[in-house]
Amino acid sequence: MQETYSYMLGQKTYNFKNLADLMAKATPKRSGDELARVSAESSQERVVAQMRLADVPLKIFLTQLLIPYEDDEITRLIIDEHDEKAFELISHLTVGDFRNWLLSDDTTSEILKKIRAGLTPEMVASVSKIMRNQDLIIVAKKCEVISSFRNTIGLKNRLSTRLQPNHPTDDIAGIAASTIDGLLYGSGDAVIGINPATDNVNQAIELLKLLDEVINGYEIPTQSCVLTHVTNTIEAIEKNAPVDLVFQSIGGTQKTNESFGFNLHTLKEAEDAALSLNRGTAGNNVMYFETGQGSSLSANANHGLDQQTCEVRAYAVARKFNPLLVNTVVGFIGPEYLYDGKEITRAGLEDHFCGKLLGLPMGCDICYTNHAEADQNDMDNLLTLLGVAGCNFIMGIPGSDDIMLNYQTTSFHDALYARRVLNLRPAPEFEEWLLKMGIFKDMDRFLLNDKIPHVFQNSIEKVVSYEK
Amino acid sequence: MKSKISVENAYSKLITLTTARIGLGRSGISIPTHHLLDFQLAHAMAKDAVYLELDLDKLNLQTMLLHSKAKDRSIYLQRPDLGRRLDELSIKKIKESKLDKSYDLSIVIVDGLSSLAVHENVNNFIEILMKDLSGWSLAPICSVKQGRVAVGDEVGELLNAKVVIVLIGERPGLSSPDSLGMYLTWAPHVGLTDESRNCVSNIRLKGLSFKEAVKKTVYLLNESKRLNYSGVNLKDRTVSNGINQIKSKQKLLKL
Repeated sequence: MQETYSYMLGQKTYNFKNLADLMAKATPKRSGDELARVSAESSQERVVAQMRLADVPLKIFLTQLLIPYEDDEITRLIIDEHDEKAFELISHLTVGDFRNWLLSDDTTSEILKKIRAGLTPEMVASVSKIMRNQDLIIVAKKCEVISSFRNTIGLKNRLSTRLQPNHPTDDIAGIAASTIDGLLYGSGDAVIGINPATDNVNQAIELLKLLDEVINGYEIPTQSCVLTHVTNTIEAIEKNAPVDLVFQSIGGTQKTNESFGFNLHTLKEAEDAALSLNRGTAGNNVMYFETGQGSSLSANANHGLDQQTCEVRAYAVARKFNPLLVNTVVGFIGPEYLYDGKEITRAGLEDHFCGKLLGLPMGCDICYTNHAEADQNDMDNLLTLLGVAGCNFIMGIPGSDDIMLNYQTTSFHDALYARRVLNLRPAPEFEEWLLKMGIFKDMDRFLLNDKIPHVFQNSIEKVVSYEK
Repeated sequence: MKSKISVENAYSKLITLTTARIGLGRSGISIPTHHLLDFQLAHAMAKDAVYLELDLDKLNLQTMLLHSKAKDRSIYLQRPDLGRRLDELSIKKIKESKLDKSYDLSIVIVDGLSSLAVHENVNNFIEILMKDLSGWSLAPICSVKQGRVAVGDEVGELLNAKVVIVLIGERPGLSSPDSLGMYLTWAPHVGLTDESRNCVSNIRLKGLSFKEAVKKTVYLLNESKRLNYSGVNLKDRTVSNGINQIKSKQKLLKL
């Protein structure tokens, strides 16, 4: 039987039918929760829900399960993997006290690392709901999460970028042109990752071979990924394709992931397959996950939960498989889930904070679609905020315009802006490569070379002359 | 408005190879003024395209006009659930039409997020597709205003079609406000989700060619008929011209 919650404000008593209801109503306003009909009905009810949620002991989240244990493999994952010992230090706290504890001067990066395994997504989602944007930033900044494959991502005062050279028909010359452009602007240390135009195993294999040749040819300390369905990548590995990272979009309920066509077993199989190739040189994080608030509702699989809680439950899935990169694609889903720049900004900061607190190498695709009430200025703001918060990586795309996926994300130029104003360097191995290749002439002041390095000049001539 | 204050990229030749915004040059590390304003204009145009209404006079074929439960564009944008279902009038319209008991294939044309994509691409796609549909009994072609992909499932179910293909305007991009998507569902019925569908994306003059898109569609149609399912377990194994092209040019990136 689910416990009900109530709160008395003056003469009026507010009732919440269960923990999920309380959490949903405590969530800062966003269109997706209204679409799901789970949001607070007034601004006042929202704050009352936050006040009641602040009084809930963290322990409650271990017994009051939002989706029943027997119905959902992610609930089972969360409960079965919960580490009582790591939880001990904070087990006496309420959600409200937990916020104070996170902000406390005595709670260091080291301590935050120690309690990670004792945290469940629901505890983390709950505390985020009563935190302001600056709280989300200052605590996230304290969390350091490092991952590695051919370079080291997530070190302090570093910001990496995914070079995203998408092309609407996967045309090789087009992909090559965008890749060269990106490399010459210093992008690509998180991954060079292509979203293929069509879901096709053979196509994925050919693109993987292409990226493998680029990375080997220029001796770039980075990794590649073709963002195709996990089962396609498993098949590509069986066919001896050069797979660095396995990609999959993930959600926070079993039903969401079924709608994506996979389960936890599939991810385990994929991680094992990629590990067996032993292609990492600096480390063995071989998974690349993408998430985003609203995916569960979009698949009719939210079980009455708010979209941010579903999102944080997806991080339990990610955490299980030791990812190199977890990317919240925050504004891609559209205005029915995050209506405008304000909602996108809030969600981006929440996702980054919650992921980091749970120990994930969080990055953010700072983005919007043309049917959302948002523009480049909103993205500039979120980029700056996430840069301050210590985000591990962002996207890099020519002129912010993804000509395949039809949305706008951060550009190669945007990343350089963040580096300059916040003094954020690329991954150390990649930084060394950028200097060696002569792409940057001064990394302390982030000065690009005005001339094209010789080796790139040759490749450009080859690509161009072939086209003629 | 080009200015020597900015650094131009000496590889501006590469620009011809893609419609991506490469070789923009830089003012310091920022985007030069004229490229900045070009982008702002493109964004303004894409925003306007979202609100363009579907015009059936632009189609070279007769369709049964249907409407989703989303009354207007503003509701459509905020309530995808309503865009996935037909309104009462449309359901009645299908039921009262004098139709056969069942069909092999139902084609549904949907505005989605870009009517421009429908206006510019559906005629060409269907003309080529029709040549490859011998042996398939075809239900009356329907069009749906204010519709999402899944509305095709309800149409297909009401028409008693074995398989439905939905031709729908995709989210407009800055360089591609006219991109058409094809979604195929075997045994369509209300309540199915994305894992039950196969997709061919970015069908347009400057994207995936009509011929190639039809080839993939026919392959998926035949495979779903052979296997009696569609979706994530039905892999597209067509070897496209695009891939042959990749093989022949692969060496170019080597130093």
